[in-house]
Amino acid sequence: MEYLIDENRPIFVQIAERIENDIIAGELSEESQVPSTNQFASFYQINPATAAKGVNLLVDQGILYKKRGLGMYVASGARAKLLEKRREQFFERYVVTMLQEAEKLGITTEQLTEMIQRKVKVR
Amino acid sequence: MSSVVEVRNLTKSYGSVMAVNQVSFSIEAGIIYGLLGRNGAGKTTIMQILTAQLFANSGDVKVFGEAPFENSRVLSQICFVKDSQKYPKNYRVIDVLHQAAIFFPHWDREFAFALIEDFRLPLSRRMKALSRGMLSTAGIIVGLASRAPLTIFDEPYLGLDAVARGIFYDRLLEDYAEHPRTVILSTHLIDEISRLLEHILVIDQGRLVLDEEAEALRGRAFAVVGPAAKVDIYTAGKELLDREPFGGLVSATVMGNGDASDRQHAEALGLELASVSLQQLIVHLTSGKYERKAVEVR
Repeated sequence: MEYLIDENRPIFVQIAERIENDIIAGELSEESQVPSTNQFASFYQINPATAAKGVNLLVDQGILYKKRGLGMYVASGARAKLLEKRREQFFERYVVTMLQEAEKLGITTEQLTEMIQRKVKVR
Repeated sequence: MSSVVEVRNLTKSYGSVMAVNQVSFSIEAGIIYGLLGRNGAGKTTIMQILTAQLFANSGDVKVFGEAPFENSRVLSQICFVKDSQKYPKNYRVIDVLHQAAIFFPHWDREFAFALIEDFRLPLSRRMKALSRGMLSTAGIIVGLASRAPLTIFDEPYLGLDAVARGIFYDRLLEDYAEHPRTVILSTHLIDEISRLLEHILVIDQGRLVLDEEAEALRGRAFAVVGPAAKVDIYTAGKELLDREPFGGLVSATVMGNGDASDRQHAEALGLELASVSLQQLIVHLTSGKYERKAVEVR
């Protein structure tokens, strides 16, 4: 079973991203416990050391912290920190890419703005 | 971390055939290793030397700090599961389990019987009456329930269906998490097991060509696709693993992590980037094209 792990990218990065997504979506609330390394390993059928590497990546960033003898928990303020990081990435990942593609296709900035507004109105 | 296996300049030839050629590596405790390579690369020979079933021509092998040959202290700590395992005539599955219980000091009888249930192996069936897949299953059960500090699986899943392979991966990871030990998985089927591995050794034509952490290898190479002239401009000065023409297009595999600067350079030339799997990377490294192409580029 694949469980949507992409074999072509470092798996520990993907584990960290999964946890980040759950925190942003509110499925993992602050001060709640994160699944253990072994739970990640058995769910995704990956090496436990790889899962631990992903979790530790978030510990280093202050998103998760360890309660001795209990396991990993989501730090207070983790969601706000992640949202800020993702918003910065949003500009690079979506806005810059969109502008490049628009330029290739000869779409002007005015047309682009008009498209966005049209879509927003429909919603 | 302490070394479980130390191999230095190991060489073994069969007549004029060099099966293992000046191979050196070490295996650290508590890690799952993949010993990968094509058929006939020398994987089984190396494992047979580690487990004292073969003599090396030269080189030094230490397992748990000692030479393994006729060393029961060392050998009782190793479980070697091989596809060609022979069993005494008239042995039934239950007899194999009884023998294993005597031989392996860390044998877990309950775990063995739970695995028998999981894999639905008939206990009273004679070993010679088992199908290929069932024989593999029997080997896997012995390998897992032995809880040997060094457990080696040589092509453990010949004839196993997808369900049974899934059970094997699940049980291996679960039990490894609870009882950490050193595991070597040898196979040429890289795709399925690559995510179980922490460290990868690749053998090609008797030589060790790769000794790396699995995670460090993912995303180590990438492919660019586009018009031949543009691709050649892009790959100039880069470590080229493969160059595959397709009509006017070329797909080139290069070493690199495909980061932002790689991406921008490729996009500026109008090329597309694609990721390369661990399996593809290892195929490129062992297909024999690598050295020749690398020389051509320089």
